[in-house]
Amino acid sequence: MRDTLIYIAVMAVVTYLIRVLPLTLIRREVHNVTIRSFLYYIPYVTLSVMTFPAILDSTGSQISGFAGLAAAVLLAWFGASLFSVAVAACVLVFVMELFIG
Amino acid sequence: MADHKKNFFSGMHDGIPIALGYFAVSFTLGIACRNIGLSAFDSTLMSFTNLTSAGEFAALGIMAAGSSYWEMALSQLVINLRYMLMSCSLSQKMAPETPMYHRLLVGYGVTDEIFGISVNVPGRLDPFYVYGAVSIASPAWALGTLFGVVLGNVLPARIVVALSVALYGMFIAIIVPPARKDRLLGMLILVSMALSWLFARMPLFSGISGGMKIIILTVLISGAAAFLFPVDRGLAGETGNRDGNDGGEDHA
Repeated sequence: MRDTLIYIAVMAVVTYLIRVLPLTLIRREVHNVTIRSFLYYIPYVTLSVMTFPAILDSTGSQISGFAGLAAAVLLAWFGASLFSVAVAACVLVFVMELFIG
Repeated sequence: MADHKKNFFSGMHDGIPIALGYFAVSFTLGIACRNIGLSAFDSTLMSFTNLTSAGEFAALGIMAAGSSYWEMALSQLVINLRYMLMSCSLSQKMAPETPMYHRLLVGYGVTDEIFGISVNVPGRLDPFYVYGAVSIASPAWALGTLFGVVLGNVLPARIVVALSVALYGMFIAIIVPPARKDRLLGMLILVSMALSWLFARMPLFSGISGGMKIIILTVLISGAAAFLFPVDRGLAGETGNRDGNDGGEDHA
């Protein structure tokens, strides 16, 4: 193994630059409608892509993962807060996995 | 400047489910750190300075293999490149006159989850909202790693598994309420999830890393949507200004 601290420093610098460059370089408002629309859609698309199907594989069984997903969608649809949706999904998955084994 | 204080606490509040999920995920990261022989100090330092799950998990493999620093840099670049898209999006969400030091500080906190809640804020993004969320999420991430290294398997696996769903529950709580008001967004979410499922399950795409899949799908789908359905109403979360409640703000 090489020097762990150098590994960590390399990781931290690369990751920080990725995060900070657009924020510091794009300081003006973009007026091009296509680019604005692209940036507008990014959060919805990227969060959807990250959630599904990963949530199914994050739990002990796909069934409990799917139940957590369904519960979260329903609660969010009816306006539950970020915190209650997250906690409800956790509790449901926990209880279901108790029964599934 | 009372607004900054209010926004800071609002960020802390929204950061609680993130902190819970982070703790669970970084706990498992800590266990993985111990398995390759990383010290508690190094593991905690890595988590505190990097604040990224996929990147750190991949890094452990690279350290264990004793690969070069260049390989380490390249792997982080590829896996974490999605933060660049998020950062572009946030650059438009913040007021153009936001000073440089705020931009440098906000950059540290651009994670999937903090990005998720930040775009959900109605109107412009106040850096103090991000600081509030980071102030609770970042220590949870670092401490979870530390606990994972030190305590190993003391916390029952069942609880760790259940907690890790918190992050996905939060993503859903962010994307679903706007989709209820805007059918196009709902369709976009369904299409994104369907394509993501295809990418994840089809052997044809198995050679592409998870981070790369997120980037490819995000660019393709957002790009197509921007061409087909251009919008001129600002950025995500701003719809909340016109339509009233946007889900994320009712508890602020």
